[in-house]
Amino acid sequence: MSIRGKAAIVGAFEHPLREIPDLTLPQVHAEVARGALADAGLSFSDVDAYFCAGDAPGFGGLSMADYLGLDLKILESTETGGSSYLFHAGHAAALIAAGKCSVALITMAGKPRTGGAGPGGSGGIGGAPEGPWENWWGITVPGAYALAAQRHMYEYGTTSAQLAEIKVAASLHAQHNPNAFLPDPVTVEEVLDSPMVADPLHRLDCCVITDGGGAIVMVNEEIARSIGNGRAVKLLGHGEAVKHSDRGRIDLTYTPARWSGPRAFEEAGVTPADIDYASIYDSFTITVLETIEDLGFCEKGEGGRFVSDGGLVAPHGRLPFNTDGGGLCNNHPGNRGGMTKILEAVRQVRGEAHPAVQVPNCRLALAHGTGGNLATRTGAATLILGSEDA
Amino acid sequence: MSNLPVHAPRVNAETKPFWDGTAEGKLVLPHCNACGFVIWYPRTFCPQCQATDVRWEEASGLGTIYSFSITRKGRGEFREAGTYVLAYVELAEGPRVMTNIVDCDPDALSVGQAVRVVFDDTGQGSALYRFTPA
Repeated sequence: MSIRGKAAIVGAFEHPLREIPDLTLPQVHAEVARGALADAGLSFSDVDAYFCAGDAPGFGGLSMADYLGLDLKILESTETGGSSYLFHAGHAAALIAAGKCSVALITMAGKPRTGGAGPGGSGGIGGAPEGPWENWWGITVPGAYALAAQRHMYEYGTTSAQLAEIKVAASLHAQHNPNAFLPDPVTVEEVLDSPMVADPLHRLDCCVITDGGGAIVMVNEEIARSIGNGRAVKLLGHGEAVKHSDRGRIDLTYTPARWSGPRAFEEAGVTPADIDYASIYDSFTITVLETIEDLGFCEKGEGGRFVSDGGLVAPHGRLPFNTDGGGLCNNHPGNRGGMTKILEAVRQVRGEAHPAVQVPNCRLALAHGTGGNLATRTGAATLILGSEDA
Repeated sequence: MSNLPVHAPRVNAETKPFWDGTAEGKLVLPHCNACGFVIWYPRTFCPQCQATDVRWEEASGLGTIYSFSITRKGRGEFREAGTYVLAYVELAEGPRVMTNIVDCDPDALSVGQAVRVVFDDTGQGSALYRFTPA
C-alpha cells in the first residue's frame, strides 16, 4: 500500500514572530494550531489526530491534547529532534490512508531566545547510554557539525567558500521575507570573514536561534475535495531513516537522506530531476551540502560544485531551495527546523511564496528534515509534495 | 594531565571494566565472543550480532585522526577552557571514538595524523582518554 495522494496538507501556519517573550510554550502551540486550522477552514473540533514532538511541554502529546481540548483517535509523538514533524507528516498520511483518522494536526513551538533554554541541541541526553562517551570532550552543536565538514573537505576537497555559497543563497531569499530574523544579503567574503566558531565552520555557517513555531493540518482526499479551495497540497511520497554511529564506525560524510530520499522518490514515482523546489534542512551549511548529495541531486562529493554559482538561488537556480530564507537566515524555531521546511514547500506548491522567489509553475516540491546530530545519530525524513494535478 | 576539564563519568556495572582500565592507564575494549567484533561504545551487547558475551582486552592505544574541529567557545564545563580540539580518532582496532587532541599545536593538526592515547585522572577511580600526536 502506498500513501501516494491519499492525504493532503490543507492548512499551514508559521508564527510571524522570532522573539515571543509574552507567550508560554503551550500558548505558542495553540496559536500555530489555530492559525493552521483557520488556513484550512477547519476547527479544533474537526481534529481527530494530533502529532507533536519533544518540544511539547509536560507530558508532550497528552499534556497538549488536554490543554487544547482535543478529542483524539490518534496521538503520535515520534521524537527525532528537528526532523520530527516530517516523520509526523508521513505517519499521518499512512494513518489517514489506513482510515484510522481523517484530520491530523501537527504542531511545533520553541522559545530558546526568551524561554530560558538557550541555544544548543534539541534533545535531552540525560541517562542516554552513549552519554559517557560523548559528553566530556566539550562537544558543542557547531563543533559536532564541524567534524562532519572537516571530514567532507578531507575526502572531497569541499571548500569553505562553497559552504558559504549556501548561506549566500539563503540570505538572498531572506531579503524578501519581512519576518526573517536576518533579512540582509551577505556575500561569500562576509561569510568567510565572520568569526570562526568551530573550524571549519564560521558564525555565518550556522543557523539562527529563534523563538517561534508552526503547524500543518492534513486531511483525507474526501475532505480535501470538499474544502475545494484549490490550495490543497498532496503528499505523494514519504521516506524516513535513522543513521547512528554505525556500531562505533561512524562515517561523517553522509546523512540518512541517503536512504530516506530514495524511499520517498519511489513512493511518489518521481526522480530528483523532477523536483521544482526543495526545502533542505539547514542547521548548518554542511547539513545542506551533504543532504543535497545524499538525496541524489548530484553525485557524492560534488555538492560543493552543485551549490556554487547561484545553484540554489530561486527562482532559476539548478535547485531553488529554502526560499523563505531557511534556518540559516529566516527562522529555526526552538532549534528545530523541520516544520518550517514543510511550510515553505507548501507555499511554493500553492504559488504563495514571495513573487521574487516563487518558482514558476511549481508542481513538485521536496521537504527534508535532519534531526539529532550529524556527528552522532540522526533521524531524517523526506516528503514529496505535489499540486492537486500532480 | 591536559589542561582541559576532567569530568568523572558515572560508572555502572556494564561499563566498570572499561573505566577500571583507564584508572590503570589502559584502554580496555569489549570484544564480542560470538563474532569477534570490537565493540564501541563500551557495552556488554554486541551491536553487530546482538550477542551478550564479551571479553575485555587492552587496546594498543594508537590511532589516527578521523576528523577534528578547533572549538573556539565551549559550553558547560568547557566554557572557560579557551580553544580546544574536539575530534574523532580511529583506533587501530577499528572503532572511531569521540575525544580531544591535547598537548598539541591545533593549527598543525591534520586528518589522518597518528595519535596515541593519554589519560586524565578523574581522582575517582577512572580517567578520561584523550589523544596526543604520536
